[in-house]
Amino acid sequence: MSPVILMFIGLAIFALGYFVYSKYLARRVYQLDEKFVTPSHELRDGVDYVPTNKFILWGHHFTSVAGAAPIVGPAIAVIWGWLPAFLWVTIGTVFFAGMHDFGALWASVRNKGRSIGALSGRYIGKRGANLFLVVIFLLLLMVIAAFAVVIKDLLISTPTAVIPTWGAIVVALLVGVAVYRMRWPLIPVTIVGVVALYSLIVLGDSVPVVLPESFLGMSPATVWILALFIYGAIASLLPVWVLLQPRDYINGVQLFVGLALLYGAVLVGALFAETEHNVVAPMINDAVPAGTPSLVPLLFVTIACGAISGFHGMVSSGTSSKQLDRETDARFVGYFGAVGEGLLSLGTILAVIAGFRTVAEWEAVYSEFGAGGVNAFVQGGGMLMEDGIGLPASLSATVLATMAVLFAATTMDTGMRLLRFVVQEIGEAARVRITKVPATLVVVVVGLGLTFSQGLGGEGGLRIWPLFGTTNQLLASLTLSIIAVILIRKRRSPWPALVPLVFVFVMSFWAAIDQLSGFADPENADWLLFGLDVVIIVASIWVAVEAIIAMRRAVNDPPEALDADARLEAVREEV
Amino acid sequence: MGRWADFRNGVYEYYAGPYRSALAREKRTEDDYFTLVVLGEALGVPDPAAYYSAEFLPTLYPEFHAWHRRMGMPQSPLDSVSCC
Repeated sequence: MSPVILMFIGLAIFALGYFVYSKYLARRVYQLDEKFVTPSHELRDGVDYVPTNKFILWGHHFTSVAGAAPIVGPAIAVIWGWLPAFLWVTIGTVFFAGMHDFGALWASVRNKGRSIGALSGRYIGKRGANLFLVVIFLLLLMVIAAFAVVIKDLLISTPTAVIPTWGAIVVALLVGVAVYRMRWPLIPVTIVGVVALYSLIVLGDSVPVVLPESFLGMSPATVWILALFIYGAIASLLPVWVLLQPRDYINGVQLFVGLALLYGAVLVGALFAETEHNVVAPMINDAVPAGTPSLVPLLFVTIACGAISGFHGMVSSGTSSKQLDRETDARFVGYFGAVGEGLLSLGTILAVIAGFRTVAEWEAVYSEFGAGGVNAFVQGGGMLMEDGIGLPASLSATVLATMAVLFAATTMDTGMRLLRFVVQEIGEAARVRITKVPATLVVVVVGLGLTFSQGLGGEGGLRIWPLFGTTNQLLASLTLSIIAVILIRKRRSPWPALVPLVFVFVMSFWAAIDQLSGFADPENADWLLFGLDVVIIVASIWVAVEAIIAMRRAVNDPPEALDADARLEAVREEV
Repeated sequence: MGRWADFRNGVYEYYAGPYRSALAREKRTEDDYFTLVVLGEALGVPDPAAYYSAEFLPTLYPEFHAWHRRMGMPQSPLDSVSCC
């Protein structure tokens, strides 16, 4: 089968989701009101609360939620065959991610732009808010560890990406200085920055950098992981305008370029290329390599971002909701933001199932669970781009590897920065003032401990992946339960939230239990991950209990008046 | 021309938006330190540059109330300034 057929089926499902289901959600479930005064107007302060054009806000939202995770997850999950991954990404985006992200945005807009953490305190109780801190701490920790290993693997498997990856830091620093210190206009700076980045890609392609077998007694894997943590610590301590802001910006631009190249390659390849690409991966893989966990429930936590991700709820309610100009824009920003991420996942699936020429080539890459991952994306996508748009395979692979590394690195340094804040907050709760540098040191030590928990090569990194997915889905369950409680209180149909909630919760809880025996396996035990898993299971039970109590209360309480939000506004004005 | 200006503003907004609050917070922290340095002498910390920094006092007054509240002092710490 030609990948272009799958591409169009996927695009059609996304289009139906956006034009039909999201319209239903907007009219019947969330009942968006154009006249509702959004927090960006009500609390406008020019800093956090700023009414923003919906297209720009969508760009912010989409690039904040799209990182390396929608590439890594699907690229691992096709080991069970392309059909389950394809279905989960498309249906998951339409009925799970879209409604979740849209719902989180709406719920936050109706509550003064408060974050999901604050909303969990209001709708599920104080314990719910504490639970949120625990889950977010675990999630960020796993992000740092898993992404360090993803980047390390890419730098070793694609040595041509080393120069553009580290060179991108210099480009970002120069862009930052040019924009804020020299006050140069942004558009020419952007063009020069992007050209410089792609020149580095061309340079890197001809000058691969391979580390020596042993450097100060350490393997290349250990050296890269240490270098990444040192970089992450420095980046997270620098003022944001110096590095993080220009890096995120260049990455955002790159994301659109990368998506266009990938989809363009599939389309042009199918129409004009001499070497036709077919889907070589099995539809359903009956002969999975030994040690591969069962499809149900692991598929649903292996692909978290790209189907449904709790992290999106944090972005929706943390920043996007404060900038929403009109409530009706929530459909475009929230739902279509999820569709954007679904597109990235779908592109990844196409690259890893149709990028190889034969089934044997595909099977050689997918020789064990976790072996595919982002390397398969780089290899497969590279081949697709070579045959589709004529970019040499090696250069295409360097482009994709650089894209994936930059995404992962951005997520890693932002994760370290956020985790530092969490450590400082925990310190404050314990009445110990922890300043920036010691808090960052704590983050580095704990992160390195988790990364090296299975050996100095960071072997445990991808083993953490499903656990990261589980935690992410747990966060999504928490958000969905808040949306369900709000809907019940307003006496609207809670089913669009309840069905995904129950499904995602059951799958992630089941996966957490399933993984527990793997982490305690005497031959390959990892007690650190075992401990983390136990915490996640306890947190899951806690989520379920709190959510059921909150929903029962919402059912028994008198219904919220139709004009409750409007009256709330009136009270605010009086105050 | 109008469309080009819109596009330019849009690109700038795309650059600045996600970090607007972080930058504002950093600027506020820097301003707070500056206020502390300028008010050092008045708060009882000997400052050899007080003669020169006193010149800045009038520019700090509009923000003074917000500053002392942020620093955890509900009432003005200076007898000479009764902002609240």
